[in-house]
Amino acid sequence: MRSTVTNSYTTTAKSLHWLMAILLFGLLALGFYMHDLPLSPQKLQFYSWHKWAGVTAFLLVLVRLGWRVTHIPPALPTSMTKLMQFAAHAGHFMLYALMLAIPLSGWLMSSAKGFQTVWFGVLPIPDLLDKNKEVGDLLALVHKSLNLLFVAVIVGHIGAALKHHLIDKDDILTRMLPRH
Amino acid sequence: MKRFILALALATALPLAAQAAEFNQVHADKSAINFTYQQMGVKMDGRFKKFAAKLNFDPAKPTDAKATFDVDLASIDTGAPEADEEVAGKPWFNTKAFPTAQFVSGSVKALGGNRYEVAGKLTIKGKTQDIVVPATFTAQGATGVFDGAFTIRRGDFSIGEGAWAKFDIVANDIVIKFRITAASK
Repeated sequence: MRSTVTNSYTTTAKSLHWLMAILLFGLLALGFYMHDLPLSPQKLQFYSWHKWAGVTAFLLVLVRLGWRVTHIPPALPTSMTKLMQFAAHAGHFMLYALMLAIPLSGWLMSSAKGFQTVWFGVLPIPDLLDKNKEVGDLLALVHKSLNLLFVAVIVGHIGAALKHHLIDKDDILTRMLPRH
Repeated sequence: MKRFILALALATALPLAAQAAEFNQVHADKSAINFTYQQMGVKMDGRFKKFAAKLNFDPAKPTDAKATFDVDLASIDTGAPEADEEVAGKPWFNTKAFPTAQFVSGSVKALGGNRYEVAGKLTIKGKTQDIVVPATFTAQGATGVFDGAFTIRRGDFSIGEGAWAKFDIVANDIVIKFRITAASK
């Protein structure tokens, strides 16, 4: 059931947005930092944390998608051209697609490399792929490439929000802020 | 009755017959030494690709059985090349100074059925521990298969020193599983 059109995001939507922003920033930073560290107990710990956080992010994305299909998000300002509106929707679609694809590629990569993902060291997530070096290396490349693309889309997302706030002077940025 | 006594006499007088039942030719290609352990809750496994095994086992006289294993520690396959390299180093096996792990059997107990218990000494990285290894033996004609598993604590052998000495990342307990196939001559 869809609720009525509003001008602001619900508290739930805002909370999910900012929670995920923090989580994804941490995941990206940790991922780019840890991958070429020499083997050490800390590296293994970082990998485990990254995988636990990745699974958590994936579940949060599902919750966000659940919110998205049961609510109509605030409309884009009518001052935006059709092309800009399309670009905004395409950008958000890319963000969601990557937020789903990246943890999936990480999980499959872990399986192919022979390291099962065990959420918080407690809940084992089944290995969908058997151990296979070539597949593992390929999925590592996929995971990395998707993340580089993700960084580019996030830069576009932040840039667009700032452009709306500073140049267009509309409420696109502020309606996602707390206490708006 | 006469015939029975004759058979009995023959059986005791024929040590050759008893020797024929001794399993002492280890088939390396049908034998394996694997291990499993926990890494932050994740079950990991690996194996040793090279080991030499000497074995004398007669199911009729299990307590006389003898076994010696020399495991080439550098032949470890942890599943990840960088980990294979890491565990060869000083904090782990220090394979330059201690290239092999050795097990030498002592007394053997028959537990009934096809189950046995082998006491022995395990030496890794210059440290020797008394261990007890449970094993089963299944004969299939002229070949027999020994299966078993036992747990060692890596800390007892200083496997994983320094930064690795704590057991929060790599657990202390290492389960060693083996399958040894041996033929009788």
